[in-house]
This record gives sequence, C-alpha cells and structure tokens, in this order.
Amino acid sequence: MARHQGRGMASINYPIGMNLGGDPSQALVHANPDGKFTVALSAIDLGQGMKQVSRQIAAETLGVPIEDVYVDTADSDTGPHDMGSFASRGTHRVGNAVIVAAKEARGVLLEAAAEELEVNADDLVTDGKGNIHVRGAASKSITVKAASQAAQFKQGKTISGRGIFLIPLSNVNPETGEMSPVTAYAHACLVVDLEVCDETGDVKVNKLTSAYELGRALNPKMVEQQLIGGAWMGMSHALYETPEPYYPNPEHGGRDYNEYLMPGPGDIAPHDIAVLERPAPDGPFGGKGPGEMCANPVLPAVANAIFNAIGVRIDTLPITPEKILRALKAQGGARPQVRRA
Amino acid sequence: MLEFRKDLFADERDDNLNVIGKGEQRQDMLGHVTGRTRFFDDHGFEGLLHLKVVRSPHHHARIRSIDVSAAERAPGVKRVIRAQDVPVNKNTLLSLIGFGKDDEPTLAVDKVRYKGEPIVAVIADSDAEAMAAVKLVRVGYDPLPAVFDVQEALKPGAVVVNETYPGNYFEYHDKYDHQKLRFGDVEAAFRTADHVLEERYQMSPIEHASTETNGTIAAPETNDRYVVHSCAQGLFFSLGTTAKILALESNRLHFIGGTVGGGFGGKVDSLTEPLAVLGAILTGRPVRYVLGREEEMQFGSPRGAERHVIKDGVMRDGRIVARQITSYFDAGAYTRLSSYGVVKCVAHMPGPYTIPNVRGDAYCVFTNRVPATAMRGFGVTGLDFSIEVQMDKLAHLVGIDPMEFRILNAYRDGDMKAHRRVAHNTALIECVQVAAQKVNWPLSETARRASSLSGGGGPRAAIPPTVTDESGRIGRPETRQAPPQLTPGAAPLPAYQTPPAVPIYQPPPAHQPVAPLPNYPSQPAAATPPPAPVPPVPAPPAAPQHGAARFSSVFTRRR
Repeated sequence: MARHQGRGMASINYPIGMNLGGDPSQALVHANPDGKFTVALSAIDLGQGMKQVSRQIAAETLGVPIEDVYVDTADSDTGPHDMGSFASRGTHRVGNAVIVAAKEARGVLLEAAAEELEVNADDLVTDGKGNIHVRGAASKSITVKAASQAAQFKQGKTISGRGIFLIPLSNVNPETGEMSPVTAYAHACLVVDLEVCDETGDVKVNKLTSAYELGRALNPKMVEQQLIGGAWMGMSHALYETPEPYYPNPEHGGRDYNEYLMPGPGDIAPHDIAVLERPAPDGPFGGKGPGEMCANPVLPAVANAIFNAIGVRIDTLPITPEKILRALKAQGGARPQVRRA
Repeated sequence: MLEFRKDLFADERDDNLNVIGKGEQRQDMLGHVTGRTRFFDDHGFEGLLHLKVVRSPHHHARIRSIDVSAAERAPGVKRVIRAQDVPVNKNTLLSLIGFGKDDEPTLAVDKVRYKGEPIVAVIADSDAEAMAAVKLVRVGYDPLPAVFDVQEALKPGAVVVNETYPGNYFEYHDKYDHQKLRFGDVEAAFRTADHVLEERYQMSPIEHASTETNGTIAAPETNDRYVVHSCAQGLFFSLGTTAKILALESNRLHFIGGTVGGGFGGKVDSLTEPLAVLGAILTGRPVRYVLGREEEMQFGSPRGAERHVIKDGVMRDGRIVARQITSYFDAGAYTRLSSYGVVKCVAHMPGPYTIPNVRGDAYCVFTNRVPATAMRGFGVTGLDFSIEVQMDKLAHLVGIDPMEFRILNAYRDGDMKAHRRVAHNTALIECVQVAAQKVNWPLSETARRASSLSGGGGPRAAIPPTVTDESGRIGRPETRQAPPQLTPGAAPLPAYQTPPAVPIYQPPPAHQPVAPLPNYPSQPAAATPPPAPVPPVPAPPAAPQHGAARFSSVFTRRR
C-alpha cells in the first residue's frame, strides 16, 4: 500500500450572463426625504450576496455612504421585472440596471443641491460621506439630507431613477453556429495537490491554488466566499456526488445526506487564491461574475492530478474509489508520472 | 487565503472608488446569523393546508386508470387535484421567451415518462394526512420499455419517450436534430496533423443539494388575487410560468421571494408554484407545497448528465489544428432548460483556445429519467472537464508541459472564436502565469513573457473558409452518422457584424491598453504565437449567403 502524491492543473473561461442575451433586468431607485435611498429590484439573493452587491453599486454611483442605501428585492408588486438569478447574470445585468437608475437619481439630487447652493449642478461633486460640494470648494456644500428635504418639501422634485439593462437577443445560425453568446468572460487557472491511496482508491485533496480573473471584485469578501464555496462544489463534483452512481443505470440514488455523498468538513482543502481584475468593458465598474465558473476548473484539475499521481485516466465523473481501483487493476498498479515542483 | 494581483491590468482600472472593491458586510447578515431572516417557509397562515403529490413508481408506463375515491374520503383531505383540473396542463419553461414546444404536463395524462412524475395532488389539513391519502390513490399502469442511454435513445426504432419530440431529440431551427458549429475544415486538418486523439468523457447527473428544498406557500389575497411566497431563482419567470399554466392574468399573482436558501439552478423550474396556487384557488385556503428531502433528491430536477466525445488534431510543436466535439445532453423526459444548455455548450466550443478548425455537434436527448435542469455552469462545466482532461492528454502526447501547452494555445485579444466573434478582454494566459508562480511551477521564458494583450489578431482573426453539411436533418437519423457531406459550393461566410455595444463602465481617461505589465513585459517577436495554419481550400464558392439568411433563429417558435 502506498499513497501517491499528484499535482494537476486546468484553465478555463466562463461566459457571463444568459447565453444569447435577451435577458433584461430593471432597477428603481428613490430617496426618502432624508436622503436615504431604496433600490427596488426583483433579483434573487441565493446567499451569493445579490442584495449587497446591488447596494454597493448603488452607493458608489449615487455617491452616498453605503449605510444610506438598502435594497428591497423580489416583491412582484413593487420590484420591476428581472429574469432571475442564474447564468452568472446577477452582478452584470442587475448591476448595470442599478447604475442607470442611480445615475438618474443622482442627477436630480445634484439639481436640488445646485438650486439650494445657487450654483450649476455640473460643478457639484459628492464626497461619499453624505455631502455635496462645489468642485474645488469644499466649504460651499450641502448635505445629501438637506438637498433631499429641499427637493421634497420646497422644490417638488422626485429624487428617483429608473434603469434597465438588456443585451439584445442573438440569433444562432443553424449551419455554422454563428452567434453572439455573451459580451464578457471570466477566467481561471487552478492547481490541485492531492494524494491517492492505491489500496483503497481514496483520494485526499491537500491543497488548491488558483488564479481567478473576475473583471473587478466588487466586494472582495463575497468574492472569496464564492471562490472557496465553488471550489468545494467542484471537488464534490469531481470525487463524490451523483444521484446515479452507475449512470446510465438509474438505480442507487441517494435519498438523504447520509446516502448522497459530499465532502465533509474533514475533507475540505486549504485554498490559496489570487484575484486578477481586467475590467469588462460593459460590466458594472468592470465586474464580471464569479458565481458559476469558480467550480469548473476543479473537476479536470483533480482528474489530471490523479493521473499525475498514479498514471490512470478516469474520464467518467465522479472519480470514485471503485473506479480508481478498477483502473489500477487494469493497469497493473500505480505508475506515478513526473513530479512537478 | 486571497490576494489581489493589482499589478496586472492596472492601467485598465480606476482603483480609487468609494464603496466598490470594499469588503462591506452584507445588509442582511444580522438577520441570517441571528436566525431572523424569513425564507418562503417562514410565513405562517391560519388554516394552512398541505399538498402532496402521487408519483409514478415506473420509469415509463401507460396510465390505465386512476381511482381517487378512497383518498377523497380520507381524514383531513380537503381536495384532490387531477390532471383535468389544471387549466393549461402542458408547458415548456422557455415558452416564456418563445423557445421550444410545450411538452410537459403539470400532472401526467395517459402516460408517465419518468419515475417520480406527479400524477395526482392531494390537499389535506396536515402534512401527515396528505401523505397518508397519497397512498390511497389507486393508479393502474401498463409498464412500457424505457430508454436510459442517450446514444441508445437516438437510434432509429428506440422507445419514444416524449411524443412531442418523436425522435427523442430537441429540434433546432425546425431543421436539425442537434445544434451545429462549423468553423474551417476539421477533416482536412486531421489529415495533416501529427497526432489525432479521440476520447470520450462522461459527467453523471448531480443533485443541487440546497439547504432549503423547493417549496411554495400560496394564499388567497383580497381583491381576488393570490400571494405566493416562492423560492424561485427567477421571480417573474416563475410568476409567468404559473400564470400560463393556470390561465390567469399575471397581475392576479403577487409573488414574494428573493431570500432563498440556496439554488444552484435547482429553483428555476417552478416545481411547486403552479400546484400550490391552484390548490389555493380550488380550496380558497392557504396551501403549502414543499418537497421533502427524499423527493428533492430523487425527483427534483438534477444537473443533467453530459457526454462529450472530443477528437483533436495536434502538431508536434503543440499547436492544436483541429478540434471536433460531439456532445449529448441527457434532458430526461422533458425539455425544461436542456435545449438552452446545448446552445450554451456550442457557444463554449472549443474552450478558451484559438484553434483554426472546429466542428461541434450537440444533441439534447430525451430519456426516461427525471427531467434535468440548470445547475451552476451547465452546458459548460461538463465540457470544461472534458476539454481540460483532453488538454492534459494532448500535452502528455506531444511531451510539452501542461501549463506551457495551455499558454501556447490560449486565445488572445483579437483572435476569432469559433462562433465567429472576436475575442477581447481575455486573461487566460495571465491566470496560468499567476497560478504557476504561486506553486513555483517552472515556466519557460517564452511562456512567462506571453500576454493576452499581444500576439492575437492578424491571421488569427480570420474566419476560415468553412464547409457546411446537411447531416442530422429532423426525421432522418441515417444522415447523422454519415461522413460530412460537403455542400457543393459552400461559400465562406460573410464577415461578422459587431453586436450592438452597451458600454457603461468607463475606464479612467489615463487608460492606455497594451502598456507593458510590470511582471510580464510585452513579448519579443520570438514569443509571438504561431499564426493559424492556412485552412484547406473548400469547394469553389457559389452565390454568397446573404446576411438575412445567416441567422435562422432558434427562437422562431414564438407561440
């Protein structure tokens, strides 16, 4: 019996947003009389942080503190239409709609402030701390709150904005497949270090090391949770789970978490991540979306690392101990490949 | 551990923003960590009823008879819903965007096509009473032979799974039994390649395994409307689907959701919304329909299985000159979203690499299993697994380091992709370089100096003369396996048109692309990737295709 060390890698790209487009998102932004903003959406927060990323995009665009913005989402009576949270579309599509809406609302806010300060709105800037002042003259200023109160009670202005983002639907050529799938791609390269036991067929993932290019990490903490969680799912897809372990035989499906195998806390490997940011020309502040793609490089990297460790190729997922042992038997034992670094 | 490589692409970014780029705590964190956040199932109603469904024990069977009389008399039962009670009992999810034919009943009629297909719904005062009554529904079946393998299902004479698609494949463009991708001439390139490698990859189905299972609570509201607490990943998508199935105007439904306990694609199908609302309509009471864990794992739609057969032609120096991919998506018994996943898969071929000759054929196949649906990266995840294992094998075959092999073949700004759009904003090379650096994986000087910003375009931007073929016409499976028929006079396709731009993000004025990066100086001439080999000349061109003919739409079935 021996445990063989292996290292494998894979590199991928991933399309951001619904393939072929045609998937609109809308946003509505308005201020209460104290200059506190609400963003109304119909996007879905699945735990990925849809509300928070919309909130940060709105606060940045409005030029107000983040505490002054809350996102109210997914009530069909008050939230405008949105296709939904899937296809890595949330940040890109909803984010852009929020920018359009927040820009309009900011325009009215600055007009109201300009009227109070008796200056041209084009000369006004926000400090992101709740104040509006004349560019280069910080003393000539008004708070967002005072400007909003003036708009509501004195000037009769609605500080609000509407936004929509739509990439027009692309056709597909039946003969050649010519199409415009998406406008932005995220990228990744991931290295897996693992060991394979040639007696039990057990694979232990020891370390993940990765580089993800995501346009811009709008909230680095949420990016980190996505990348770590996604890589865990990738590891689970590669080595553990399926409702049909002998697909296409439909039997033996798990009925609960005892029978449906997934890696537990003891199986989680440390993950060392580098984030690269090449802004998407049409992304909100350059953002793309790490949502789906972060799982993808793990599957092939694991398979390639297993080959590096024992010299067998398992081309059918998941790579279970049974498959490894059968392949080792067919090969006549482990044949470790060249060690890398 | 997470680090930022701010040195890369620094001149394309403004890093002096106020809130963007900050790890601010989410607005709903306090509610989540104190257990006060309300999910769909946290909405209590007085007089709440519970709905459960009778599911088929057979993979494929004709329904001979249904007897609900005992169930109707069972304790606590308020209503039994049968197929004829569903106003529009045939739907396909993507009909909302005009894609595909209605092919799936909410409750089975005449036939069941997968094990677990709902046939009858029972509504009772409690979960336990509903489950007890479900067992009292007597359904007579005549079992039918079933088909589980995608390639078996495509064979002439195979068992017909879903009569809407009698060939067991989704029909693309009203013309083909699959979606094609044609770029250059792979057959000619295989003949000139130093090595040809053909391999088969299989990804099994995957369960989403969200913490929260699928479910809905629907209740009559005042003014003849219904409030619906939903776990849907697309609120209006689910509202629209429910309105269609129940033949209601959309504004009679008031959907509330947005805070969901995990989805991963498993909450796109509106598995529970239509029946819960129908139950509320028929009983005048609030109705809760939630899948148990076993139901969710066995009968909630999974990520579908994908099979990819990849054939590559590679030169001794590592250049991939041709890639052919044949893909089979196992949709299960009904379309749901698999037809979309197939087109997404085709758009992703041949992966993030510049290959001068590419051919793709992707099938959406019906089998007698639980209908598949979206899941994190579907259409791409299985293909990426296949491509990247294939890349590792190719690197091994030609004796080149796998990272070097990726960089050599990586797509770069300005390259033409197989779906005939120019690549821009690429960063695959930089990701490989950074990952290599982090693990001290030795790279050659050439690989370290490579850049996504340079070396692309030029001859790599060309659309090669392309041969097309008529293989796989609907209803003619015998043409599927035939060697590609060179269409006489197939002409090179016209140059692509730039899609409408939607610019919003404005890089700072100082933005100057193609400046040398700190760690990766722009590459010397020696590091320039080899130009794409000149593709073989096809048959003499006939009349050029017109722009209008280029885009026959997959979306022509609007109904």
